[in-house]
Amino acid sequence: MTKPVLECENVVKELGKGAGKVRALKGVNLSLVKGELTLLMGPSGSGKTTLLSILGCILTPTSGTIRVEGEEVAGKGPEELAELRRKHIGFIFQSYNLFPTLSALENVRIALDVIGRKGYQAALRAEEVLREVGLGNRLKNYPSNLSGGEQQRVAVARAIAASPSVVLADEPTAALDSENGHAVMALLARIAKEQNRSVLAVTHDPRTLGYADRVVRIEDGLIVGEERRPQGLDAPEITDLTKRRKANA
Amino acid sequence: MILTLAFRNLFHDRIRLAVTLVGILFSIVLVAIQLGMYLGSSRMITSMIERSNSDLWITAFGAKSFEEGGILLTSRERHQALATPGVKAVVPLVVAFAEWRKPEGGSTRVVLVGTDAEDGALEPWSLVSGTWQDIKSPDAISADDTYFRELGINGIGDTAQIAMGRVKVKALTHRIRSFTQSPYVFTTLSRARSLLGAESDKATFYLVQLEPGANLETVRHELLTRLDGAEVLTKNEFEDRSLRQWLFRTGAGLALIGGALLGILVGTVIVAQTLYSSTKDHLNEFATLRALGSSSGYIYKVILAQAGLSAVIGYVLGILISLGILYISRNTPLPLVMTPGLAGALFGLTLFMSAVSAISAIIKVTRIDPATVFNR
Ligand SMILES: Nc1ncnc2c1ncn2[C@@H]1O[C@H](COP(=O)(O)OP(=O)(O)OP(=O)(O)O)[C@@H](O)[C@H]1O
Ligand SMILES: [Mg+2]
Repeated sequence: MTKPVLECENVVKELGKGAGKVRALKGVNLSLVKGELTLLMGPSGSGKTTLLSILGCILTPTSGTIRVEGEEVAGKGPEELAELRRKHIGFIFQSYNLFPTLSALENVRIALDVIGRKGYQAALRAEEVLREVGLGNRLKNYPSNLSGGEQQRVAVARAIAASPSVVLADEPTAALDSENGHAVMALLARIAKEQNRSVLAVTHDPRTLGYADRVVRIEDGLIVGEERRPQGLDAPEITDLTKRRKANA
Repeated sequence: MILTLAFRNLFHDRIRLAVTLVGILFSIVLVAIQLGMYLGSSRMITSMIERSNSDLWITAFGAKSFEEGGILLTSRERHQALATPGVKAVVPLVVAFAEWRKPEGGSTRVVLVGTDAEDGALEPWSLVSGTWQDIKSPDAISADDTYFRELGINGIGDTAQIAMGRVKVKALTHRIRSFTQSPYVFTTLSRARSLLGAESDKATFYLVQLEPGANLETVRHELLTRLDGAEVLTKNEFEDRSLRQWLFRTGAGLALIGGALLGILVGTVIVAQTLYSSTKDHLNEFATLRALGSSSGYIYKVILAQAGLSAVIGYVLGILISLGILYISRNTPLPLVMTPGLAGALFGLTLFMSAVSAISAIIKVTRIDPATVFNR
């Protein structure tokens, strides 16, 4: 087996304070390797976003260990965590989180600017990734002049511009119609395989199953199941599979 | 990209930008006016001393300003000064407030300056009509063309009365203004003495010119040991003393500086407020930046760039308006003064103000939690 790029062991996360304190994660083990698209599925409130934030070095665990490319995350301060993020991790959000005052190209450029890649080379790179996601003809458009699917593809371009080894996506298709949802998932699968990155996407959406190499299920702060999916399955079969699982349960 | 983002954030909300700019503008214009008045006043207060061709001023002990020297020095001090090694010339000057009776009735106060231009120490500069020869003719004086209304005259040829005697306007100076608002009136030394009823060997000041190569401090020391009851001041010292008298003893300078400080304060508060609300509006974007791995320094730079851009735009507009006001003020009793130094200081001040304004926004942004990016 290949060495994991991102792994967590026994991760516990408590959120909130005092009476409102919630154990969102209760001892999670997970490792991600390159070249795979992993889906994280589970009911609302099960801790998916919390786990994603911890894997993405945005939150630190209450206990347990995280390693990014073999580097231990524990004990790092906010600035060091930011450095880990910009070196290794790309993010995609449900509501895209694009900068409304920047064009598609500039939205990607600023992600490169943040990691210190500036100037002409950075502009070329931004253009390159936007072409990769099929937006070569939308470079100058502002988010308000792009469809939801196009906006999410800009976000994908932004996430991969700096060539991170891990891409984390929280419900990337939730705000999209079926067609655009499929397009974005296909894109994420391609990023995982063709660019040899590790992609983890949180999702509720059964339509996305067909693109996964692996599906991890989380419930109430614990990983409750995991399945590897044979390559090349198409979406309908997968829906069947889900149904069968539900029937078995 | 920092500048691009700052620029876009700034121009995204035009109304807020307008408020920011008005804040900066208000500050700059207010500070420019207050300090311009301060500089203008200083210039008026020191103009006579500044224009004099002298190295040292001998004044009666305790002379507070150019206008308040008394007519106390006698020829004894003059001879003592002339006998001091290193002294080339000692030129007497008579200066005093005097009552001016207008030709059509009523009276005002003027500052009568008696000087002999031939002595080469002080003469009415900027004569626009008439010459020094005209001022030497019987009863002649020069008046300033910006004070016709106060003096109740219309120009050359008008007559009035100063203290003891009749005078005739024979020459006009242009824009020699007086901080005390008592117009300066020039005449010859002897006529000034007689108008003021002073003895013919009395003087208000002796303007000392040194031999080439003489050491100022040595001569000053020598003069001090020879003259008692008199003070020996350099031009700068006497200017400072006059400034202190008119600007600080009277509180006028403090009012101007206080006004300037108020302008700075109000401007800073307005800019801080708008910058803070802009930052609050863009907080989600800053959180996204943070999630993308930007250092907090990067985000501070965006905020500071926003502050800096507002500062530059506000400054340019503010200076233009100030220059307009300056132009309008040129014929008023208190013309404002703008110097490259003041313009530079104002720019520094604007940047400083904006940087201070950015503090609250930066504190706000320090508290953002990148985890919020997922929950929208
Ligand atoms: N800041 C917080 N303070 C307290 N509790 C929190 C906080 N954030 C999340 N929680 C709780 O932690 C648990 C896990 O939340 P999380 O957002 O990870 O769930 P999720 O699986 O992403 O749900 P969803 O599918 O609705 O997005 C939930 O019970 C939630 O109420
Ligand atoms: Mg969630």
